[in-house]
Amino acid sequence: MNLHLARRYKFAASHRLHSSTLSEDENWRAYGKCNNPYGHGHNYVLEVAVSGAVDPATGMIANLADLDSFVERAVIEPFDRVYLNEDVPAFRERVPTTENVCIEIYDRLRDFPHAKLERVRLEETSLNSFEYTGDSGKDPR
Amino acid sequence: MATVSITRKVEFSASHLYHNPAFSPEENRRVFGKCNNPHGHGHNYVLEVTVKGEPDPATGMVLDLKELKQILQKEIIERMDHRFLNYEVAELAGQIPTCENIASVIWRLLEPRITRGRLDRVRLYETPDLFVDCYGEGAAGGNGGGAR
Repeated sequence: MNLHLARRYKFAASHRLHSSTLSEDENWRAYGKCNNPYGHGHNYVLEVAVSGAVDPATGMIANLADLDSFVERAVIEPFDRVYLNEDVPAFRERVPTTENVCIEIYDRLRDFPHAKLERVRLEETSLNSFEYTGDSGKDPR
Repeated sequence: MATVSITRKVEFSASHLYHNPAFSPEENRRVFGKCNNPHGHGHNYVLEVTVKGEPDPATGMVLDLKELKQILQKEIIERMDHRFLNYEVAELAGQIPTCENIASVIWRLLEPRITRGRLDRVRLYETPDLFVDCYGEGAAGGNGGGAR
């Protein structure tokens, strides 16, 4: 059976969308109110999906305790209650759009040792979300 | 004609526990945690079944949703709703009733019953924050072809 196990996590963080390669006017045009110099915050919802064979002894693709602790250490601890632009080194040079945050999270989770990472989906608000399945060129899933 | 996916959602409530008789009590506790509680516990499961196909030009439907609703009622709801999955669902006998295994059983029950269109995905939510997607035995993505 081809199965994906998905789990949702939450973290709250602030960010500011501002590119050092754009002028002040261009930044405002590109990012609008997200360019506000003091930043703003979101309650992010992270959905992580992994795949693999179901272990007959446990009935599981991966033990949720293992997935939870891996995600907690790799993403929730460094991303929760922080200012992404300053507190996460990757975003000192890269604009923390949700696209880029999604890719960064994928890269941090790709080495999960107990199952294959299939996709990372990140909801910035309940109205917009981004999904990344790695650079394999395949469709989501 | 375009290929379209239609999804029907149903809910059922059931109890289960995780216990492997081949494990020692300590091992069961370590692997399954509180899900190993001997008296079990319950969930409100949410099941989303997606069927993919080309709408019939005569009816405009991939398959009749009423028919899909009846199939889900007969195959899944009547079998699993308000049941203790470990003891009352024969298809799960000898398996740990994890979300993974329940979704696989649901796929096997539904696939032969979908005669118009093709079963594309079974998504089973155990809680709003935990779900499994089953695509059957096919290659990744389970669409039986194409670059995915």
